[in-house]
Amino acid sequence: MSETGDHGASIELESLTKSFPGSARPAVDNVSMEIRAGEVVVLVGPSGCGKSTTLKMINRLIEPTGGRIRIGGEDVTDMDPVELRRKLGYAIQSAGLFPHMTVAQNIALVPKLIGWPKARIRQRTEELLDLVGLDPGEFQGRYPRRLSGGQQQRVGVARALAADPPVLLMDEPFGAVDPITREHLQDELIRLQHELRKTIVFVTHDFDEAIRIGDRIAVLRERSRIAQFDTPEAILTDPADDFVSGFVGAGAALKRLNLTRVRDVQITDCPTVTIDDPWQQIFNRLRAGGTGEVLLLDRRGRPCKWLRRGDLMRARGSLARAGTPVHDTVTRDATLRDALEAVLTDKAGRVAVTGRRGEYTGVVDMETLLNSVHGLLEADRLDATEHQHEPAELRAARKHPERQGGQGVTGAGGPGGAR
Amino acid sequence: MTFWEYLDNRHQQLLTDAYQHASVVFQCMVVATALGVLIGVATYRSEWAGSLATTSTATVLTVPALALIGLLVPVVGLGVPPTVIALTLYGLLPVVRNAIVGLRGVDPSLVDAATGIGMSGTSRLLRIELPLAWPPILTGIRVATQMLMGIAAIAAYASGPGLGNVIFRGLASLGSANALNQVLAGTLGIIILALLFDAAYVLIGRLTISRGIRV
Repeated sequence: MSETGDHGASIELESLTKSFPGSARPAVDNVSMEIRAGEVVVLVGPSGCGKSTTLKMINRLIEPTGGRIRIGGEDVTDMDPVELRRKLGYAIQSAGLFPHMTVAQNIALVPKLIGWPKARIRQRTEELLDLVGLDPGEFQGRYPRRLSGGQQQRVGVARALAADPPVLLMDEPFGAVDPITREHLQDELIRLQHELRKTIVFVTHDFDEAIRIGDRIAVLRERSRIAQFDTPEAILTDPADDFVSGFVGAGAALKRLNLTRVRDVQITDCPTVTIDDPWQQIFNRLRAGGTGEVLLLDRRGRPCKWLRRGDLMRARGSLARAGTPVHDTVTRDATLRDALEAVLTDKAGRVAVTGRRGEYTGVVDMETLLNSVHGLLEADRLDATEHQHEPAELRAARKHPERQGGQGVTGAGGPGGAR
Repeated sequence: MTFWEYLDNRHQQLLTDAYQHASVVFQCMVVATALGVLIGVATYRSEWAGSLATTSTATVLTVPALALIGLLVPVVGLGVPPTVIALTLYGLLPVVRNAIVGLRGVDPSLVDAATGIGMSGTSRLLRIELPLAWPPILTGIRVATQMLMGIAAIAAYASGPGLGNVIFRGLASLGSANALNQVLAGTLGIIILALLFDAAYVLIGRLTISRGIRV
């Protein structure tokens, strides 16, 4: 995990409390949390649990009624909120772009406020648009209404990053886009974070989103009380109590697949031929290979077709007609869940793995997947039992040490698991 | 004397009156806009202050123009002062109301975003809220201007400036040769001025409303 982000700053919340006037019980009750520099922490919980309120107290959009906030070790509870907010990037649902300003003007707002010179602002704007995957030439002069939801969200993230703040606060930023775009944006955020190493506090009600992007996840119950604060692996294999396991939902083992990438499991090899190989060589390769099939690659090494023994005969020597076309491949960065999906839909139960330019690097089949999943779950379980022997104070955060069975989740004991 | 001959004959006088008419309306609108937006900015955040501002400016509007000017004469005298005061007061309502509606209509999540990225209250108001509320405010200004065009004619009753003088002179000498021409010239003049102002507002809108929010 990222302990030493060069740009991030740690955030400490100490007994943070918010009571709104006129309501008997506080909206956020005594939350203490330590977020390490360069870490992505996701606050996840049901609607109205106070997760947004907690986030907004960090940049003082909501003034806490009790407790302290320290950012990078500095107590900011009584700092001028406007000054404070310029150091904290803030991205919200549906991007919150100002419709009367162009993309470039939106991004340039904060740098302008803190008095950057014009040339630097322009350079930064282009750099940021590049960073979030939008072509500066095409997009910087556009008005937000001429952008798609996903593009708006990207600009929203760029704007939040404009003045290079050490901390990024994101309040359900991808809540208003369609599921496909949302996954894209999540992947982009993961990639960005790889480069930037900011400290990110991310609020969502979507547990799957939390698993995808969080280094650690805080599952919050009503009044923002922390039910469990741990790595995604630990929460999946070892939910602290019924509330957490209820929130994790069914299929924790399947969700576990989202946390591992294809490159982390064993990729097997299979005989390959290229489209330019002579006829006889293809024939020999087919006969020599134990599986009775070869993968035909195109001139750039990309998987093209599966050829079986009978295929060549039936096609009467025409490679163009022979075999079954490869319709699905996964990259090395794909999650095991994507791989499983591809394997399940493939008739022969295997899928080709490709590298960055789509070139063939190996094959994953059902057996490999099963073995690796068993291995992973076993490792998580071992981790968990190991932690059981740790000193009591490390486990003090746990309120319900006893196990609840019947969740389809294996594992027992304290928090564990590492990425 | 036909209408055209009359125009030809008196065009100097008519142009002066028209100019003064336009000038008094324009100047009162500038004051009313500044005051109205200020009142809007000062009151839109509070429920009761907003209602108070709208109600009191609406009350002014229910007072008949003739009565208001008449009431002002003993206090500030004849001529320009009662005209300017009355016109400014009448011009306030549409501006105040639209300013409040416009400012309140700004998407709260945008205000939140502006605050969240570190804009101070003033820069948020000047760069985000007012520009976004500007289209309805401009509509208010337009409506107010149209209204003032007509009301300004009545100012002649208190010897104010403008085309109202021509109309009143005509009305006072009904039956005489030029009476009808005078009323007609005054009325048409006001209509033409109103149309010209409206065209100017369309142009102003084009120039000042961001392309990003123009409908």
